[in-house]
Amino acid sequence: MFTDTSICIGCKACEVACKEWNQLPGNEPEYRNDSFDNTGELDAQNWRHVKFIDRVPEAPMTTGNGQAWLLMSDICKHCQHASCMEVCPTNAIIRTEFDTVYIQPDVCNGCRDCIAACPYGAIGFNPKDGLAHKCTFCYDRLQANMPPACAKACPTQSITFGPLRELHKKADERVATLRAQGYDQAQLYGRDASVYGGLNAFFLLMAEPEVYGLPNARNAVLPRRNNRGGYLGVLVSAALAMVAGIVALRRRGSDTLQDTTPGEGS
Amino acid sequence: MAEHFVHPPHWEAYIVTYFFAAGLAGGCYVLATLLSLTGYPEDREPARLGFLVPFPLVLLCALVLTLDLGRPWLFWHMLVNATPGAGGLNFKYWSPMSVGAWALLLFGVFSFVSFLGALPWARRPGPLAGTAGRAWMIAGALLGLYIASYTGVLLSVSNQPVWSDTWTLGGLFLASGLSGSAALLAWLVRRRAAAGSPATSWQRLLTADGYFALIELLFIVLFFVSVGFAGTLGVAVRGAWLVAWILVLASLVPALAELGGRRGLVHAGSGPLLVLAGVLLMRIAVVISAQM
Ligand code: SF4
Ligand code: SF4
Repeated sequence: MFTDTSICIGCKACEVACKEWNQLPGNEPEYRNDSFDNTGELDAQNWRHVKFIDRVPEAPMTTGNGQAWLLMSDICKHCQHASCMEVCPTNAIIRTEFDTVYIQPDVCNGCRDCIAACPYGAIGFNPKDGLAHKCTFCYDRLQANMPPACAKACPTQSITFGPLRELHKKADERVATLRAQGYDQAQLYGRDASVYGGLNAFFLLMAEPEVYGLPNARNAVLPRRNNRGGYLGVLVSAALAMVAGIVALRRRGSDTLQDTTPGEGS
Repeated sequence: MAEHFVHPPHWEAYIVTYFFAAGLAGGCYVLATLLSLTGYPEDREPARLGFLVPFPLVLLCALVLTLDLGRPWLFWHMLVNATPGAGGLNFKYWSPMSVGAWALLLFGVFSFVSFLGALPWARRPGPLAGTAGRAWMIAGALLGLYIASYTGVLLSVSNQPVWSDTWTLGGLFLASGLSGSAALLAWLVRRRAAAGSPATSWQRLLTADGYFALIELLFIVLFFVSVGFAGTLGVAVRGAWLVAWILVLASLVPALAELGGRRGLVHAGSGPLLVLAGVLLMRIAVVISAQM
């Protein structure tokens, strides 16, 4: 799936289509005083979330140079190297025959390790059913040979679905066009393997990834990287503690305690 | 600088309780083993007390871990792959939560058998005397070391701010778990001292506590340095959390004073309680501050 943020108009048809197809009732409406965003974030009820990133300039701009909002319809990236899948202790998270990342509701037990791991905040916990939820890439629709509901509903074709190779080609052409038009910051995110081995849901961005709340290639790291350092720290601590424990507790000299009177110094 | 855009897993009271109880369960087993293997013959009674503590704590661990799950009745999915058509057992050596589930189960077996052998009415010498008994204790103590420490590694093996920015949490949790265990055992043994346990057992436990507190202090410094380098120190110590860390450091003073030969602080009845409060508060500070 390719999301071209340069032509997103923030209509949220994708959010609505996702909720409708996946029968997500949504959260209680909440007044957010800071933007047109009334969804807030990806969570157990919002598997699609249109981000409104305020870029309204402080000073007036000359015609053609203004940039008011960056819009981005966000979603689980269905990472090739998926942090969530890596840590899930129950193996509830699987890679499907479509190469997507899917949480099996019957297997998940709600430990929430995947939420701690997903670098995109794409997974939410629903306390009502005790499960972790995220975009399924409309697994049921794919099985019926239909595109995901969001891609089907997007009126500007900002969200397109198809074979990755074709989408990559289309994205390459689009970013080249934008750059030729002077949009120097236009860039593809997740198109190549530099971010989590490549993303099955990748993006064309109009600014650096951090502006959109996405880790850049340097920060796109997997949880398991910390096993080595973590266990090394444990080894150092354990070695020091065992030496200390033996020094403090070991028998010295005679076979029995010299001083067995409570309250006296050793 | 590390940048994080993750959501918090909302691991709260149950998980903090687990981390606390696991530190003490593992720590007490390790100390009881050390007392049995390297101590005086008179240390047998303090060691017996040490082997009585872990199993009830393991039961508490299992309870709170299960209650924390969104679907507690599916706790067994940690061990058995319930994916249709897959079958078999779940074991991912690269996922500390997966390894930890097995380690806790195994440690439960070791601590249960040692608990039975340590009961006042158990036959002595029991079946775990001699070389077999020593091997059993050493294996149990190794598992105890793991149980007391892997929880810190589990936090680090994530993409959360603070947790994933440091390699120190496993070592820190281990040192603090051992410190709390030494204080707890010293207190238990001291209570028994009036009834005939040797005084120097608990005094040596307090000395051990001093050393463990020193290691903990070292790891706290390393923790601050590592998250400082990652740029997330501000998250760890913002607002009231700075006060929490100051209290954690203060809780180390009685144990450290032991090393300096200043008796009295931990000897006071509330000393071990203060140490245990510090062990708990440190875990609260690490676990909760990063999720806010
Ligand atoms: S975006 Fe998050 S939830 Fe989706 S596959 Fe990647 S790590 Fe998993
Ligand atoms: S909450 Fe469910 S999907 Fe997520 S790690 Fe735990 S078992 Fe796996």
